Amino acid sequence: MAEPALETRGLCKSFGALVVAEGIDFKLVPGVRHALIGPNGAGKTTFVNLITGRLAPSSGHVLLGGLDVTGLSQAARVKRGLGRTFQINTLFRDMTVLDNVALGVAERHGVAGRLWRPANGYRQVRDEALELVVALGLEDDASRRVVDLPYGKQRLVEIAIALGLKPAVLLLDEPAAGVPSLESHRILDALDQLPASIAILIIEHDMDLVFRFAQRITVLVQGEVLCEGTPGEIADDPRVRQVYLGERHA
Amino acid sequence: MSGGAGYGGDPRIRLLEWLPWLAAVAVFWALPEYLLFGARILTYVLFALSLDLILGYAGIVTLGHSAFFGTGAYVAGILAARLKLTDPIVLLLAAALAAGVLGLATGAVILRTRGLTQLMLTLAIAAVCLEIANKATPLTGGADGLSGVTIAPILGAFRFDLFGRTAYAWCLIMLFALWWLVRRVIYSPFGATLRGIRENRVRMDAIGAPVYRRLVTVYTLSAVIAGVAGALLTETNQFVGLNVLGFEPSGELLVMLILGGVGRLYGAFVGPLVYLIAQDVLAKQFPQYWYLGIGLMLVLVVLFARGGILGIVDGLVARVRARAAGSRG
Amino acid sequence: MILYVISVGLSVTMGLMGFTNLAHGVFAMAGGYVLTSSLGRFGLPFPVALVLAFIVVALGSVVLERTLYSRLYGAAELPQVLFTIGLIFMATAIAQIVFGTLQQPVNLPAYLKGQVPLFGRDFPAYRVFLIAFSGVIIAALWFGVERTLWGAMVRAAVDHRAMAQSVGIDTRRLFALTFALGSGLAGLGGALGAEIIAVQPTYPFEHLVYFLIVVAVGGLGSLRGPFAAALLIGVTDTACKYWLPQFGAFFIYAATIALLLLRPAGLFGTRT
Repeated sequence: MAEPALETRGLCKSFGALVVAEGIDFKLVPGVRHALIGPNGAGKTTFVNLITGRLAPSSGHVLLGGLDVTGLSQAARVKRGLGRTFQINTLFRDMTVLDNVALGVAERHGVAGRLWRPANGYRQVRDEALELVVALGLEDDASRRVVDLPYGKQRLVEIAIALGLKPAVLLLDEPAAGVPSLESHRILDALDQLPASIAILIIEHDMDLVFRFAQRITVLVQGEVLCEGTPGEIADDPRVRQVYLGERHA
Repeated sequence: MSGGAGYGGDPRIRLLEWLPWLAAVAVFWALPEYLLFGARILTYVLFALSLDLILGYAGIVTLGHSAFFGTGAYVAGILAARLKLTDPIVLLLAAALAAGVLGLATGAVILRTRGLTQLMLTLAIAAVCLEIANKATPLTGGADGLSGVTIAPILGAFRFDLFGRTAYAWCLIMLFALWWLVRRVIYSPFGATLRGIRENRVRMDAIGAPVYRRLVTVYTLSAVIAGVAGALLTETNQFVGLNVLGFEPSGELLVMLILGGVGRLYGAFVGPLVYLIAQDVLAKQFPQYWYLGIGLMLVLVVLFARGGILGIVDGLVARVRARAAGSRG
Repeated sequence: MILYVISVGLSVTMGLMGFTNLAHGVFAMAGGYVLTSSLGRFGLPFPVALVLAFIVVALGSVVLERTLYSRLYGAAELPQVLFTIGLIFMATAIAQIVFGTLQQPVNLPAYLKGQVPLFGRDFPAYRVFLIAFSGVIIAALWFGVERTLWGAMVRAAVDHRAMAQSVGIDTRRLFALTFALGSGLAGLGGALGAEIIAVQPTYPFEHLVYFLIVVAVGGLGSLRGPFAAALLIGVTDTACKYWLPQFGAFFIYAATIALLLLRPAGLFGTRT
């Protein structure tokens, strides 16, 4: 079997006496849609932050495509093919949708640091950003400022930025969070259309989304992995039901 | 008219942007008695431009930008007065180099910090520069300032005259050149990056941008420009006083920039112009009330009119346009 | 010592409220003016003047806080910096208009002038008084913070504001109270120090750097930090000025820079 696109070995993190991650062993296989679920405070976002490098682990390793990236910075991991979205929109609010996406694309092309030629002269960057914007159904909003968009569309921009990095591994932190149910179908459509070659880890509370989308599910409780398996296995597991105590969305 | 068009915008210089330059050239012929004063305004515009680059675009708050301005001023002054190196172009280059080195060294260090610590460090660095200038009297003239600064004619032909004609023209040319440079940087991908860093640093990290390196680069660039501004002031006045260093010029510059509007490229033009003229007219009459007024204005601007004068203008323009559109519909 | 009394309020305010208040020196100056006016113009006894300094400044700060400062809670750093600089300008100008530009004379009561024999050497009476009184204030402050409920709430809020709020602590009132206390302390410090640090309109500017150094080096939100820092600075400053006058305050700044680079959160800081 091919190397996992993303792997963690014995990942631990504590803040003083507070343990937020305990010996997490995790494997993400290329092309698989993997969901991470767990009750509030289980440490899911912490786990994501440990993977991306925003947080340094107390012990354990993070491997990207077989390469140990535990000591690398966030930017270095992005260059190795790691992309993420944030649970709360983390966008360049005062800039246009196009610019938001273009910034990431430009970084990938390695031209973002150029000082001399005007930005809109970099055709490939611009065109690629525009393609992504169109692919997510935002072509009418390309020139609008992010802050002027409804929350649901902003969430899509969040995904577009991550896609602009052409990641091998994509971490989606509650992509549907805060999106009014009228608009959530957009998010679902966008997720359906994600390229099959990317390994995707999605953190979600919305069980319908999880069961519709995921091929494998890992359950995280209080910083530890409770169990892992196919959606069917997880749905039948009594421990999972106990943990959630009927928290399933109707 | 906010700065930085990004990847979707048009970087060409608009007609409106030529206006200030036309006005400045007109002043050269129309107001010959005010040229020395005008030259001073131009140096402060350049200084403000350098601050806008890091404050308005990259979002770095600094109270110590005078360190670069003063370094440029003193380097130019010392080379001219002590080493008899009087060619104005050489002096500018030397000042730019000195300020740039200082900017690189300090920037590399303080840009690793955030918040209060960073602010503190900018203040401390400016304070150190002031102390050095104050104490190294044989070199800098200490508290009395550095006199005996003579500047050779530019390119051997244009003498710095008593009326400030040469000074004004020289400052205008340098300002134009550096403004053009800054404008290019702002419209480049690098400029877009700066805005990204200011808007959302977390996001910039998450897309793999080498934020620290970019910040150090723009900080150094800003220091170089501030240094040139300082040297221009020395060349204009043929004197360097301690008042180019310390908290006061940094604070004053901040006020000028806020007054004009931060992050708008032209706030750096409007702010110093309005401030220095107002100061010339009002401060002589009522010095205490001047500071009271400035303080009050600052407080009001922060509370109600964040975008400064240009922000107010933009707001009015938007309202007029909306009304026109409404009446049409 | 004075430096500490003045700066501790700033440390707590900045640590607690996350508000960059550069105008803290204004409160100290105000305290100084209250004292000198009470002593000079109104001929009030010294202890009364001190208490007055504390109360007047504390009350004044509450007014300022409710009307102006509170609008900027949660604003970015730049607006806060600008706002407080604006306040400094205004306060300086008002001080100049009302009191003139000269240093204010301090009419110390007779029992605090002259020398006091201690441990076999003569010390200026006022300095002794200062150290003793500051010691009392500091002790009271530490006791208050460590032992009382108020102190616990302040510490909780400094550590984690949102958490404190969710536990039911009324952070707004806490802020107002703490701000008043911090500013009042500054006023008291300014009053106490009037003899040593001249009370004149340029006060906030001149000493701004020092206050900020104490707070930044000591660490935001801590009490012990600024204490150590103030002590360190006071000693170093005196020593340097005595032995190496050509360098002036150079060492202080250099040391500050070095220290902040090594420990960006300050000596005892909990957050930057």
